[in-house]
Amino acid sequence: MSNLTRSTAAALADGLAAGEVTSVELTEAHLDRIDAVDGAVHAFLHVDRDGALADAADSDARRARGEARGPLDGVPIAVKDVLATRGLPTTCGSKILEGWVPPYDATVVARLREAGLPILGKTNMDEFAMGSSTEHSAYGPTRNPWDLDRIPGGSGGGSAAAVAAFEAPLAIGTDTGGSIRQPGAVTGTVGVKPTYGGVSRYGLVALANSLDQAGPVTRTVLDAAMLHDVIGGHDPRDSTSIQQEWPSFTEAARAGSTGDMSGVKVGVITELAGEGWQAGVMARFQESVDLLVKAGAEVVEVSCPSFVHALATYYLILPAEASSNLAKFDAMRYGLRVTPEGNPSAEEVMRATRDAGFGDEVKRRIILGTYALSSGYYDAYYGQAQKIRTLISRDFDAAFADVDVLVSPTAPTTAFKLGEKLDDPMAMYLNDLATIPANLAGVPGISVPNGLADEDGLPSGFQVLAPALADERVYRVGAALEALYADQWGGPLLDKAPALAGAATAEVK
Amino acid sequence: MPEISRDEVAHLAMLARIDLSDAELDHLAPQLSVILESVASINGVAGDDVPPTSHPLPMTNVFREDVVVPGLTAEEALSGAPAVEDQRFSVPRILDEEA
Repeated sequence: MSNLTRSTAAALADGLAAGEVTSVELTEAHLDRIDAVDGAVHAFLHVDRDGALADAADSDARRARGEARGPLDGVPIAVKDVLATRGLPTTCGSKILEGWVPPYDATVVARLREAGLPILGKTNMDEFAMGSSTEHSAYGPTRNPWDLDRIPGGSGGGSAAAVAAFEAPLAIGTDTGGSIRQPGAVTGTVGVKPTYGGVSRYGLVALANSLDQAGPVTRTVLDAAMLHDVIGGHDPRDSTSIQQEWPSFTEAARAGSTGDMSGVKVGVITELAGEGWQAGVMARFQESVDLLVKAGAEVVEVSCPSFVHALATYYLILPAEASSNLAKFDAMRYGLRVTPEGNPSAEEVMRATRDAGFGDEVKRRIILGTYALSSGYYDAYYGQAQKIRTLISRDFDAAFADVDVLVSPTAPTTAFKLGEKLDDPMAMYLNDLATIPANLAGVPGISVPNGLADEDGLPSGFQVLAPALADERVYRVGAALEALYADQWGGPLLDKAPALAGAATAEVK
Repeated sequence: MPEISRDEVAHLAMLARIDLSDAELDHLAPQLSVILESVASINGVAGDDVPPTSHPLPMTNVFREDVVVPGLTAEEALSGAPAVEDQRFSVPRILDEEA
């Protein structure tokens, strides 16, 4: 097997099954690739070479005994640094957790280990997943492999950049307001936010409990589906986990890859267009819609009037939940402790620690959340936001009564330059305009690459949303669109990305 | 238009247990005002008849079987603590000096 780092996870799984490659070989190839390019990309906060190679050797031994645990046994993966990994540092991109090594695995991580996927390392992110650019990481930004001067999206910019730069075939992300899908869009990769409750949140360091959801970050829709089949399903350790049997998402993606869209009714969301939307992104979006029509889909326009309030609603609900979640960083049980001079009280230690340990964006959101929850403002802000959340869910219900899936561009613009929006929080927040409604309502969504914007030659993304529990639809439609584009382009979009310095060394294997 | 004063931010920071420096207060207060101005647009959007949603899934009282499963050992639970004494978390004094 050649080109190990450029292969899809599905192809690597086939290669392993056919005995054409070993897990040690392909894990080594990805570790070498990380060595070669991650100095420039900075997708990883921690690389576990020894652990990954040991897991890979175990996988090869298992396979030799005829005991492979599933199709992805032996295919390496990168994990966002917000998921607890036993024995591996977990920082959430924050100084307050620098050096913390969890004594337990998140359920998602436990399932990866059970399925035999070697963990390459932990990926960079905006601190506690607060951000849309990965610039709010306390450990420095990740860079977009398409243009190293630009942001890779956020908060999961590390996971998206890792798969875009061929440092990992698969990665795990988490999506609270778009943190899987928006990085997917701006790096030309695939990202899926499952139905809320579809993937366990146990061991996922919470940003906003009612919005957070972990999901696949990959280069193809089929790879995302295969990974979702591994990490999804009920977990008694997460009381919000959905107790039901899920269909095979791998099969849904395979069915979609025929490119046949006949019988599928697609709704274009009226409110997710207009002022502030980049012309090149809108042009690619219209082309994608036309492609779906040509493939047999029926397309109608659907209005979701409350979506115009989604951003404001989100930026009240999220800080409110985050401010109470982050109260656990009190300098007592884990993480940083800063002790001021003299004989300070626990409260003084807490205040000094939280000032030193949290970055600007985290402080902004904690203060905002504290404000929204304080008496006198609660009804006007948090209470009102919760009601609008109901209206947004009703918009989805009404739309899905008429159409099978809803579509929009994933993000309003392509990747912007590092530093451009760092001190203008509202401008930064606007990146999540199209992705936030799905989190508020708990519905699943995917972002699929749909070309390069004419004005800057950077990737854009196509978002497909489905009703709660109908995740298989986003895989079917996503795989169809991907197949239609592959025919048109003669290969994946990432073939058009510039080669990174040092790339040659990793490709020889 | 909601304005948030520097003093209010200082008070909120105290409630949130974050020591903000003067420079941080100068920096954050105007940014928070801009954010609050933007989110204030939701006022009056939903009427009294709209029920609030706290959670996307309407779940209540989720139970599991009451079976013993292995948990963390004391060593594991204490492994990330800034200070440990006699198999316990060691913390600074919790009362004010005048108390």
